[in-house]
Amino acid sequence: MFIKRRKPWDLPESEITDYKVYKNRRQFLNTAISVGLASALPSVGLAKPVDELKVFETLKKSQYSTDEEKTTFKAITTYNNFYEFGTSKEAPSLYAGEFPDESEPWRVEIDGECENPGVFEYDQLVKPFTLEERIYRMRCVEGWSMVIPWIGFPLGELLKQAKPTSKAKYVEFTTLYDPEQMPGQRREVLDWPYVEGLRIDEAMHPLTILSVGLYGKELLGQNGAPIRLVVPWKYGFKSIKSIVRIRFVEKMPLTAWVKANSSEYGFYSNVNPNVDHPRWSQRKERRIGEFLKRDTLMFNGYGDYVAELYSGMDLKRYF
Amino acid sequence: MLLNSIQAWTSSAISSKDRNSLIKIRHLKLVLFLVCLYPFMFMLWGFFSHQLGANPIDAVTRLSGLWALRFLLITLCVTPLRWLTGLNQLVRFRRMLGLFAFFYATVHMLLYLGLDQFFDWSEIWRDIVKRPFITVGFINFVALLPLVITSTNKMVKRLGGQRWKKLHRLTYFVAAAACVHFLMLVKADIREPVIYIIILSVLLGVRLLHAARHKKLSHK
Repeated sequence: MFIKRRKPWDLPESEITDYKVYKNRRQFLNTAISVGLASALPSVGLAKPVDELKVFETLKKSQYSTDEEKTTFKAITTYNNFYEFGTSKEAPSLYAGEFPDESEPWRVEIDGECENPGVFEYDQLVKPFTLEERIYRMRCVEGWSMVIPWIGFPLGELLKQAKPTSKAKYVEFTTLYDPEQMPGQRREVLDWPYVEGLRIDEAMHPLTILSVGLYGKELLGQNGAPIRLVVPWKYGFKSIKSIVRIRFVEKMPLTAWVKANSSEYGFYSNVNPNVDHPRWSQRKERRIGEFLKRDTLMFNGYGDYVAELYSGMDLKRYF
Repeated sequence: MLLNSIQAWTSSAISSKDRNSLIKIRHLKLVLFLVCLYPFMFMLWGFFSHQLGANPIDAVTRLSGLWALRFLLITLCVTPLRWLTGLNQLVRFRRMLGLFAFFYATVHMLLYLGLDQFFDWSEIWRDIVKRPFITVGFINFVALLPLVITSTNKMVKRLGGQRWKKLHRLTYFVAAAACVHFLMLVKADIREPVIYIIILSVLLGVRLLHAARHKKLSHK
């Protein structure tokens, strides 16, 4: 017979805070905090409450997902690099609360070396594809990492529809340029708009996705709403946010960070523990939420899937 | 003219209370001590109550470094403030401010050694040799040591005022190198380190002007 004996550390059922109460308390605190901030910083918009975010119900699971412990929603949505909203980690979560402005539909232009160019509204663009959950590791070039449950679809499926020509050797992505909505763009920290790029085979790779959400909900502004790239074997800055243009090109695009500092940031920027950033080591990383650092893995642990893309290439030269 | 009137005003306000000034300075020192400790208490509180965001180790490392730099610059404010106000007693607070710069630099260093490298000495040595911004930070910490060791009254006497003064000009170098260290770790937005560089330039510029003026006066 199975008798459940209560361990000394087990709380009796009666003492566990009801989930609703717990959640309300959090919500109360969040509102209190955002109201406090809003009064302190006049230009801060009140962030959209998480409960009002669109929820994606049925999601396909993916063989590419990791079963590592996920980083908390709070950390993923408050610790961001998104210079369009400011250069501190907190700035995006403070200033992207109302981004993107919903009075106008989001449009993405697909053009360049392809047979089916066009401008697509967000719904039109996303609807044809089955959304999947992809739990990926994300390694920032600064030496920290997260595990994020993205929602999205393979970029390759969208690119195929555009029918790239034989001249399409690379794909160039561009972020929205709108200093009204993106206060960080009012200063020339980078050469706006933000541009990223992939080689066509990298772009077509099944691991490469366009993401529209995380943790089962639509993306928040600070995470690159409404649609962004996720390339899990490259440093985080390659995964460009809030995309308005996807262009097939023949020549290697000049990306924002290469333009800013070509000796420190390369076009490929594959996660590589053996090639240091000129100013710091890339051998280890701090997983957000963990105390000890862990070893950084070649191609961020996705080598089995992507190493062949770079066979014969000197990765120290093409960093 | 403005300078003279400020000096006149402050000295007249002080001289009437001269007798109590020793006791007062002692009290003020205690207050200053607590104020200087506040950033450290904030870091401790923030760290253990999870108020420092998603990457608290990075946050305390940055904060301690920032406060080391700030205290260096605050220490360098004392002499120009003395010239400006004529309040020579200000110099009595300078040692404490300098030692707090060292305190925050030590916290900063220990956080790097402990929480960034986990006391992996071979890795740390590689870092110091290979990475210019770590090299600068390390040299900086070492350069602070002779200043701390010679900070006692006894040591000032032993060295003699002039030699002590010469040695402690090292502070200018440390402050400049601290700014460089900060500038070197920034990815693209150099605004913040540049602000500190401007402040330091003003503090050093004032000293050059002052020295030039004195030369002129003594030549006359």
